[in-house]
Amino acid sequence: MLQLLDQEGQYEVPSKYSQYGEIIDQLGEADYKKFYRDMARIRRFDEEATALQRQGQLGLWVPAIGQEGAQIGSGYAVGNKDHIFPSYREHGVAITHGVELMSILKMMRGVNHGGWDPNETRFHHYAIVLASQALHAAGYAMGVKFDGLVGTGDPENDLAVITYIGDGATAEGDVSEALLFAAVNESPLMFFVQNNQWAISSNVETTTKVPLFTRGLGFGVPGIRIDGNDVLASYAATKLHMDEIRTGKGPFLIEALTYRIGAHTTSDDPSKYRQSEEVEFWKAKDPIIRFEKFLRRQGIGDDFFEQVTQDGEDLAKEIRESTFALPDPPMENIFENVYTDPHPLVDAQRQWLQDYESSLEDNE
Amino acid sequence: MAKISKFPLPDVGEGLTEAEIVSWQVAEGDQVTINQVICEIETAKSVVELPCPFEGTVSELLVQVGETVEVGQPIIAVSVAGSDPPVAAPIADVANADKPAESPANLVGYGEGEQTKSRRRKSSGMSSSAAAAAAIPAAVIPTSNVMAASQEANVSAKPPIRKLAKELSVDLSNVDPTGLHGEVTREDVMRAADQASVFKNISTPEAPTDREERIPVKGVRKAIASAMVESAFTAPHVSIFVDVDATRTMEYVKRLKASADFAGVKVTPLLIMAKAIIWAVRRNPTVNSTWTDEEIIVHYFVNLGIAAATPRGLIVPNIKDADKLSMFDLAVAIEQLAATARDGKTQPAETQNGTITITNIGVFGVDTGTPILNPGEVGIVALGSIQKKPWVVDDEIVIRQVTTIGATFDHRVVDGDVASRFLADVASVIQEPALLLD
Repeated sequence: MLQLLDQEGQYEVPSKYSQYGEIIDQLGEADYKKFYRDMARIRRFDEEATALQRQGQLGLWVPAIGQEGAQIGSGYAVGNKDHIFPSYREHGVAITHGVELMSILKMMRGVNHGGWDPNETRFHHYAIVLASQALHAAGYAMGVKFDGLVGTGDPENDLAVITYIGDGATAEGDVSEALLFAAVNESPLMFFVQNNQWAISSNVETTTKVPLFTRGLGFGVPGIRIDGNDVLASYAATKLHMDEIRTGKGPFLIEALTYRIGAHTTSDDPSKYRQSEEVEFWKAKDPIIRFEKFLRRQGIGDDFFEQVTQDGEDLAKEIRESTFALPDPPMENIFENVYTDPHPLVDAQRQWLQDYESSLEDNE
Repeated sequence: MAKISKFPLPDVGEGLTEAEIVSWQVAEGDQVTINQVICEIETAKSVVELPCPFEGTVSELLVQVGETVEVGQPIIAVSVAGSDPPVAAPIADVANADKPAESPANLVGYGEGEQTKSRRRKSSGMSSSAAAAAAIPAAVIPTSNVMAASQEANVSAKPPIRKLAKELSVDLSNVDPTGLHGEVTREDVMRAADQASVFKNISTPEAPTDREERIPVKGVRKAIASAMVESAFTAPHVSIFVDVDATRTMEYVKRLKASADFAGVKVTPLLIMAKAIIWAVRRNPTVNSTWTDEEIIVHYFVNLGIAAATPRGLIVPNIKDADKLSMFDLAVAIEQLAATARDGKTQPAETQNGTITITNIGVFGVDTGTPILNPGEVGIVALGSIQKKPWVVDDEIVIRQVTTIGATFDHRVVDGDVASRFLADVASVIQEPALLLD
């Protein structure tokens, strides 16, 4: 398993992983601070969103607490031309590519169906039907290859595609199909598996018989296992292999071992299916605490951490106020993106609903 | 200036309709901050903590521990400092614009009773609810309707009492309040409900003009439906019946009622029936067991379930270790069980781990029925009405108090011979309660 930072924040590159160490060598203090700031920011955001759901302001929340290292590290390693096909827990990856946090909350409040422009951010919409995003990514990556946007050696031209899936999704047929298509087409596709140990209430032992980083081997997709709570390992592995993929080397799989500290979503109660000892075991491996230890070893002092905490509180307040201020969407939105061009049936339905609404009292 | 903000119970899952307050972590007068945990609630899915959406002083806890509340019902009132509302309520509340209380509007689908805006069809004519009345131009509202609505609103009663009154169809403005501060108490509502029930069947309501009504399947009704389907389609049911002369049971009940020892306790034929079942179980233990696909677990204790009709539907709480109770203690337990169920306060644990059930359909004047097993149990006994009927004694027709006892068993566990012997044992006690001295 690739690990560059141990639980005490001690940085060490094992000799067989020296090529990953070389990638970290290119980072500076500003990058480290950015990693830390974003991990802390997304966690505070997550806590506030959970509270907002409990207060009836969001229909659902999908917490990512504990997975910040895997998400922020790999997110920053994805290039600015690459395309990202997330699952629905990748809030950390989202902020590394300019997705507004409020747009995620808009979707969870149900005032829109997506919330951001995938053409602009290259961060595609959340996939609520899990594992389907692997197929979307496989198709997109095939298209990238057909268009000659990979393996030319021109960094202005070449790009790669990455999809984020979980341990549970690897047990679905979609992922097997995506692995096969990516492999036989030698598509520029990275499968980033966040193995957070639990597929809702099913432990990873019930969804796989072999380590997940070997899942692609039979299809011809090599893989590596990394410590997903080590933000530097996550960055280095994603960067190195995405660079390789852009050169036309074909698909690759990263299994990031991590842990979902919270519930699967606000709709379930994890204490019903797992032991608190297990949660405590993983809390000790927390990616943010570990990285703070590393930064303090680098001589970064209290001022920085206090500022990050204060920024988190400001963000929480802003998120809270913005959520309460979200307007209800206009009814017409329902019909807007059903077809690209006008469609008589959609027009008739829109008219029917308008008539119905205006037959009610108290219209706005 | 301080403002009172109320926090309506949110849907913390997806599509949950109600939750029970498990504990309060704040009390009236406490300072609270945004996101401070104020209480624990239990939904059909899980126990979760609720964070407070306001900062201020708790002015009132609107719901008591143990109470089940519907999504949208306010659970806590917080006095928030400052003139600005703590949160922008995105949905304008026309009907309650003049009320001091403000609540954050929840997402679509969270009914909040009279606090949500009314969106009736324009053609629906007049409305009886105060909120709707205020939303319609005053000219179309008959004066009397407004009067009735405002009288109801002027009555002083706590929210749980209002809810109880609503469930029991008691009009609060017609109840004489006996509370210390002139408020309507739980007892007042119960008394009014009892009075009302005496006349309940006298007038038949007019036939509705609509051709049909659609009642959403949810809550207790949904739980009953799925339990019944599960039971009916997993356990092969076999039902048997016996007519029995219950004259001596009725005499026994009469004597117990008159005895000083049983003063203040409700004594009914159901009590003798409960004792009869416990006695017959000891003689035929397999009727008091549980089927698992690997084994049959025979219980040498009786958690006696008693089917109770409540305003929200059927529930079957049980009396734990009923076989260890004396006649007096059993009578007390039955009375308490029924009262708790009627108040809607039955805890989930009280309906779990039952071993055999009685359903007393006789109180409805019905002879007998074929009861469906309470899931997890293999026997259920139905007590029919006890009525004077012709009965043959020593080749002569005499008038006796006769009843029919029906019982259903899970044939995977109980064969016809055991079933028949058990029911005959129950019947023999009803015929001769002195057998209980055995």
